Amino acid sequence: MRKITVININADKCMGCRACEVACSAFHASPKYSSTNPERSRIRVSYDQLNDIYLPVMGGEYTSAECNARYTITLNDKKYEECGFCRASCPSRDLFKDPDSGLPLRCDLCDNLDNGALDEPWCVKWCLNDALTFEEREEEGEEPEMLDDLEYGVRSLIDTHGLEKVVDAVTRISKRE
Amino acid sequence: MRYAETGYNLEIDLTRGSFDKIPTDPRLTELFLGGLGTNAKILWDRVPSETEPFSPDNLLIFGTGILCGTPAPSANRTIVSTFSPQTGLMAFSMMGGFWAPELKFAGYDKLIIRGKSPDLVYLWINGDKVEIRDASHLRGKGPLEVTELIKKELKDPKVQVAAIGLAGENKVFYSSIEHGRSSASRLGVGAVMGDKGLKAIVVRGKKDINVAHPEEFMNLCNEVLQYRNFRWENPIKGVPAILAGVGSPQEMALRDEEWHTTSFSWGHARTRRKGFWTKEVEEQWNNIQDKAIIRLISCYNCPNECGALISYPGLGTPTYMMKCYSKLTYVMGAMSNDLEFGYKIAGQAQEYGMDGYTNPQVMAFAVELYENGILTDKDMPGFPPRAPDGSDEERFFWLVKKIAHREGIGDVLANGVYWAARQIGKGAEEYDHNTTKKHEQMVIKLGMLNPIYYLLYGTGEKANITQIEGQIPQVPLPKDLREEFVTNWIQIPTGKEERFKQFMMEWGDEDKVFPYYPPPDLVCDLVEWQEIMHYIDDATGICAGMSSFLIKPPYHIHNIARMVSLGTGIDISEEELWEIANRNRTLLRAINVRRGVRRKDDEPPVDHWKRRFPDYEAKLKDEYYKFKGWNSDGIPTEETLDRLGLDYVAKDLKESGILGDGKTEGALETSSGGGSEK
Ligand code: SF4
Ligand code: SF4
Ligand code: SF4
Repeated sequence: MRKITVININADKCMGCRACEVACSAFHASPKYSSTNPERSRIRVSYDQLNDIYLPVMGGEYTSAECNARYTITLNDKKYEECGFCRASCPSRDLFKDPDSGLPLRCDLCDNLDNGALDEPWCVKWCLNDALTFEEREEEGEEPEMLDDLEYGVRSLIDTHGLEKVVDAVTRISKRE
Repeated sequence: MRYAETGYNLEIDLTRGSFDKIPTDPRLTELFLGGLGTNAKILWDRVPSETEPFSPDNLLIFGTGILCGTPAPSANRTIVSTFSPQTGLMAFSMMGGFWAPELKFAGYDKLIIRGKSPDLVYLWINGDKVEIRDASHLRGKGPLEVTELIKKELKDPKVQVAAIGLAGENKVFYSSIEHGRSSASRLGVGAVMGDKGLKAIVVRGKKDINVAHPEEFMNLCNEVLQYRNFRWENPIKGVPAILAGVGSPQEMALRDEEWHTTSFSWGHARTRRKGFWTKEVEEQWNNIQDKAIIRLISCYNCPNECGALISYPGLGTPTYMMKCYSKLTYVMGAMSNDLEFGYKIAGQAQEYGMDGYTNPQVMAFAVELYENGILTDKDMPGFPPRAPDGSDEERFFWLVKKIAHREGIGDVLANGVYWAARQIGKGAEEYDHNTTKKHEQMVIKLGMLNPIYYLLYGTGEKANITQIEGQIPQVPLPKDLREEFVTNWIQIPTGKEERFKQFMMEWGDEDKVFPYYPPPDLVCDLVEWQEIMHYIDDATGICAGMSSFLIKPPYHIHNIARMVSLGTGIDISEEELWEIANRNRTLLRAINVRRGVRRKDDEPPVDHWKRRFPDYEAKLKDEYYKFKGWNSDGIPTEETLDRLGLDYVAKDLKESGILGDGKTEGALETSSGGGSEK
């Protein structure tokens, strides 16, 4: 059996407060909660107030190349941002990239619920309007292998620069230090 | 490392087209915190008292609260300070929304603007990159339209924009600075921005804001949110709906308008319509409101969603955002029966960038002058007739356009009631009945003098009651609700618990009524509590709708002191926080005193209450001045200033002869009026 975790996003209830961004970025600061910066949040609210568009999206897997075609979605007469529903950290845009390193940011479900210390994710906890709710259930199958943030970042560097160059760079740096 | 703040201000000189990133003195943070406090300090130091509001030497400061950009819930205020063209005094205006945190993330605590640009420009602050850009293509456009155009131009939907409309460009004395659903609308800060040739300020930031004690800080944030949830579920019993809950206030979510429509005055603050709120009106207005509001929306990091997106077919204006009760100010000013009119004209006026409190009063004032033959068709060619149902809706549409364009009579009215009355003459001054310190006040006219509000209105530096009042119900609670109210009243400052609880328990009893109850010393205590909590919010950037404006708010002196300490790493006790707020309050007073404010200016509108008690009011004022450590003319004494570490202020006031050497103190009778009264 494997555990499935789901964050339900009810965009109709979103009031654009960005508390989810605040809480997520604080949790991921190092040390924990020591700084806030929505740009480092793994959930972002894309909003276009005058068109009544409020769409919270959590960062998903990164991709090394953008899709062959971008897309837009019009729903209930409202046209959403290009690739607005996509969760990827993608070369086509700045979304879900660390503002300093450019490395991909993805939702790590609060580092898998902070090793048992968290009963719900931070973004859900701080979304007092229940635009975000949290659900866990069991399903048949194996637990997938999850990469931690460091491995994940290195993987994206390898994709961009090639394994050899990354190994070279790490070797150079370790010799210097 | 600096905590909670960035440690830098951004200085812009629009005359020279230059900018500097200036490190700030951490000592000033300890003395004044951020926001209003340090804004006031800068204005005191750098803008001489004779500087005209429309001088290039006047500064326009956008200060962020010390907690803005940290996870502190609802800490999102931008405090705009300058000298007001309307009052000549220090202008105090602030806005919620998203702008202040963004400025922090861009790496600045304040934006300080001096000089004047020869051409219309906008500022683009993108972290360390700052550009002054041409804004000629934005001339005459409304703030929302400008925001959309700039987002496209800069290809970044995440920028935060504060902009002025046509009214600001035309220096209407009560024009606002608009930012989405929020605005800094009081005292003409938009006019100063327009005078500087600045159409908009665009900010984007991607840096961190640090807190000193992360774990404890976050725990405290969670506590505040928990209490907010408790208050959300448990409205205060026995007070009007909009004062019972959390938010600033919940005018969009709530539809019950009985309180405003029946206890506030209509027209030019003249007529009570006690029977207005009938079942029929209620039903009709509910339908309109349900149709108009498509979503409730919040400011940065606040759960209270007290604003709304407004749109519906046939509205006549594009979608816009609203909060508070500007949906009603125009309706009531125009003696309209139609809430739809309120939504229409408020949308238009917002795109012109005008203050939704002052604007309807100025227009109602013009209508009154016209009805009384002081303004005629010669002054106002084409002025529409009154509608058969007695409403002035068409007249308001006519006037708002004239004022925003400063066209014809609009050019005079654009200066607000006080100045317009004097320019028009012919007895028009008699109709200026609802201003304090030249600024339009709430449209409330009541019977019996309320000693607490007498001092709040009269002595407040901010000229806006909602930025002074809070903490206690406005009238006594019914007997059966008092016990419950005082139970778990955790917000009371240490040492005052018994006193304030006893007050709430007995207030309203047979001999415990206005005007002589509460007694002057208790009035002073209650007034100070209310105003100090606002001064604290103005320094921290916490919204009054989670704090000082509310009854039993989630934020109070105890947890704010802890939050500021944990956030900044500066150990600040409750008493010290109180003293900082008092220092800020006193400095604001001194700034205004240096510009001419004296005892005689500390007066609520003449007809605010029917039953006045001049001798007793004088006694109240005396007591309050003594309590604050001011002399009998309302000037902080040298001793008070020294005690608060404002000895340089005392020195200045003495050198300029405003403060005597002790002998003449209190005997001063100086001319009133600010910089623009010449
Ligand atoms: S916290 Fe909830 S309501 Fe607020 S922006 Fe995020 S999803 Fe929307
Ligand atoms: S679940 Fe946790 S990591 Fe994922 S977006 Fe929400 S706060 Fe961030
Ligand atoms: S209470 Fe209302 S005005 Fe205040 S910060 Fe929250 S949403 Fe904004």
